[in-house]
Amino acid sequence: MAVPVPMRVRIHGRGGQGVVTAAELLASAAFADGRWSQAFPSFGSERAGAPLVAYCRIADSEIRTREPIAEPDAVIVQDPTLLHLPDLLAGLGPDGYLLVNTQLDPGAIGLSELAAGLRPERVRTVPATELARQFTGRPVPNAVLLGAFAALTGAVSMRAVVGAIRERFPGSTGDANVAAAEAAHDLIAGATEALAGAAAD
Amino acid sequence: MLRQIEGSRAVAETVGLCRPEVVCAYPITPQTHIVEAIGVKIRRGELAPCEFINVDSEFAAMSVAIGASAAGARAYTATASQGLLFMMEAVYNAAGLGLPIVMTLANRAVGAPINIWNDHSDAMAARDAGWIQLFAETNQEAADLHPQAFRLAEALSLPVMVCMDGFILTHAVERVDLPTQAAIDAFLPPYVPRQVLDPDDPVSIGAMVGPEAFTEVRYLAHLRQVQALELIPEVAAAFAEQFGRPSGGLVRSYRTADAEVVVVAMGSVLGTIKDAIDVARQDGLRVGAMGLTTFRPFPAEAIRQALATAGRVVVLERAFSMGLGGVLATDVALALTGRDVPVATVVAGLGGRAITGGSLRGLLRSAADGSLPALSFLDLDREVVQRELDRMAGRRRSGPIAENLLRDLGSGPRRDPAGAAR
Amino acid sequence: MSEPDRVPARSERLKFYQVGSFAAGNRLVDPALRTVQSDEGRTNSITSGHRACQGCGEALGARYALDAAMRAADGRIVAVNATGCLEVFSTPFPETSWRVAWLHSLFGNAPAVATGVAAALRVRGRPDIRVVAQAGDGGTVDIGFGTLSGMFERNDDVLFICYDNEAYMNTGVQRSGATPPLARTATTEAAGPEPGNRFGQGKNLPLLAIAHGIPYVATATVADLHDLEAKVRRAMVLHGARYLHVLVPCPLGWGSEPRDTIRIARLAGETGLFPVFAAEDGVVTEVTPIRQRQPVEAYLRLQGRYRHLFDAQGRARRPELIARLQAIADRNIARFGLDRARVPTETAATVPARGAS
Repeated sequence: MAVPVPMRVRIHGRGGQGVVTAAELLASAAFADGRWSQAFPSFGSERAGAPLVAYCRIADSEIRTREPIAEPDAVIVQDPTLLHLPDLLAGLGPDGYLLVNTQLDPGAIGLSELAAGLRPERVRTVPATELARQFTGRPVPNAVLLGAFAALTGAVSMRAVVGAIRERFPGSTGDANVAAAEAAHDLIAGATEALAGAAAD
Repeated sequence: MLRQIEGSRAVAETVGLCRPEVVCAYPITPQTHIVEAIGVKIRRGELAPCEFINVDSEFAAMSVAIGASAAGARAYTATASQGLLFMMEAVYNAAGLGLPIVMTLANRAVGAPINIWNDHSDAMAARDAGWIQLFAETNQEAADLHPQAFRLAEALSLPVMVCMDGFILTHAVERVDLPTQAAIDAFLPPYVPRQVLDPDDPVSIGAMVGPEAFTEVRYLAHLRQVQALELIPEVAAAFAEQFGRPSGGLVRSYRTADAEVVVVAMGSVLGTIKDAIDVARQDGLRVGAMGLTTFRPFPAEAIRQALATAGRVVVLERAFSMGLGGVLATDVALALTGRDVPVATVVAGLGGRAITGGSLRGLLRSAADGSLPALSFLDLDREVVQRELDRMAGRRRSGPIAENLLRDLGSGPRRDPAGAAR
Repeated sequence: MSEPDRVPARSERLKFYQVGSFAAGNRLVDPALRTVQSDEGRTNSITSGHRACQGCGEALGARYALDAAMRAADGRIVAVNATGCLEVFSTPFPETSWRVAWLHSLFGNAPAVATGVAAALRVRGRPDIRVVAQAGDGGTVDIGFGTLSGMFERNDDVLFICYDNEAYMNTGVQRSGATPPLARTATTEAAGPEPGNRFGQGKNLPLLAIAHGIPYVATATVADLHDLEAKVRRAMVLHGARYLHVLVPCPLGWGSEPRDTIRIARLAGETGLFPVFAAEDGVVTEVTPIRQRQPVEAYLRLQGRYRHLFDAQGRARRPELIARLQAIADRNIARFGLDRARVPTETAATVPARGAS
């Protein structure tokens, strides 16, 4: 029996940024794509502002393991002030993906040093907070980042991400978040021609 | 219907389909999402007729359930950890009164030190209360066990506790096939109380029983638990037939047919164990697993059969009895009385400590090569422990262990060994 | 298992041992004034043969209260009982004195159990069945207070009756939160500068109940059984959380003669130590005036639990301590207007707790 090797995503952010929701949306999108998925938080009693982590596994068969993701295939950083955390990229292999929410130049935040061991085309920044503010009026970057994540990795379809956002946030909030996610998706997709083939929709 | 849903919500949805009539709610992490979601449904009239009662403590929650059940209503509540201990007097009482209350226990450690994360200490503390205790491996099973629990409870006139790992299951969002109302209605008939408080046929319930009959009352309660050992597989089979998936039952084996080492465990860790077993088998180790879905009544005969060919048994449990060792392991060893099979206890995952595939693979290797001691603690930080042991050897002082350890880890109040503040 | 909880049908005729007193429900008075107990067709909710002590105030109070509730509810009552004397003396396995549907769960949870019963009856579409919960003072003011306060706060449809004998009598007379100052109990020895229970302690449950703003709160004693029945009747007209606090002397714990139970209960009211009143929606609406005011000494002298206050010749050993009790009684009289036949204007919040020094 083959051991399932799922897409393992670790999301770092701060309480209030919708870190857990991001993992759940990602899992829901994968579910809508017809895959198995599992989302869970780094269980704690953190209040707003505290650093926290959520996890998502995506696979083509039932996911049995329950352990936290120590060796992720992708890391999403919702808050650039977390880049100094020593364990931020722990376990991320050389083929891993790194998506950072920032409007600053990657050089300005020291991303190239941090991601030195990774493939450059798999390391991306996106101004998700700015896009969220622009489209939704609220600086919550989680849904926006998932649009970028879909473009970067192709692990989930953009249509499924849109569906998951709309299911979670009905009405105009959902519309605005979808628009912001699509904008982030296009930013990454446009800038990453090399990945266009992999991002199967 | 297939849904991608949080474990707590899956349980709430399914309990709602079981047509509860009185639901009592007192918040305690990590079960809170369950009663919150049920409360919303009740307020919106989706479960009518059903009363939702926000009580003042877990003790009151179980007490309200007792009153409601004795007066003929299908009663449900959920709790965890300290909450279960706070209601413990009423937990015993509900069983003694033979009331078919169903309660979800979102398993969590018991303090001090206070800890909101998962282990099974709470459920173990209630193992002698006279309740049926079922453990869910997945959120699918956690949901599925609830209609089975109501059916068992009402058939046997016994309360049933459905245990699901706090956070690991309650807060995990994953695929769950939720049943329809019609399917649940077909599986779970309406509650017909065996004895009910009725002014037209007044009975006294809860009389004092003295030494002349208490032993007999307890013996009969034991017989009822033994009956449950027959009924639980029947109900699980009926469920599987109707819903097309296996959930519930007494025990389940995984790759044990030729297994030299069998790991015994309960709850969600079985998934991680199965993955570790697959890897270990690729490495040539003959290992398997056996999960208990039913912990009380204890399925000793089913365990004997499931472990009939095992050369070594490793009981991995998320709780232990201080001064003794494993709780489940003690029971498993009893079930294997007369068989020459070593039973090792591995205490793991206490207070939310992650049980990783890596650690489990190491455990399987040492179990296979015979180097696993009779009692061990998975991923124990021996260095931290040794420093505290050295300190304790240096001078005699009482006080909390946790704060001393925290000092080591750099987050506790700093005081020098003489006790003077720096 | 045998069926210990079956009770005979309620149709048998009752015998009366009429003593001609008003308290026993004199059948010579106008029918409207007669007690439920004077009715041969009464339900006899707690029937004879139970194992209460001679002169038990609680057995008397429970009988009147329950039968009055049964009449008010047309026989449709479920009673919930906390652990305590009443529970123990009424249901020694395999016997029961209860001829109402009756449930005993635990010591501290009768209010919550009653809430559950009421909820189940609503769900089952039986609002006609009323729920009465009962407990002693321990089960009410101490171990049961949390669940009681919760039941009050939710305004659950339960009449809760506390039979207050001012200590844990079932376990051998230990102090409770309702034990009055100076009373000797097994845990408040009559020694030291403040012998017996200390001043300044104890909970005044009627006032705490009023503070919850529940529809009905009343006090009563077994000295005025017409009043007790009337209050049960009034409580049963209303819905929501209702609280009745009945003072029930305990010959064992109070060190009194069984024959003096009614007399002592009457003195508790006549001295002002136990104000008899009723309140609706948080406001005192009715006060039973003192007909013939008595000094607290008259009350204390009949009870062994206060014996340490007097010497062999009956002289007060510590007049200043008795004076402090008298001051409490005087303050009750002033605050509740017990010496005047009027409803006081003070709200509950201005009334000091009984037992406060």
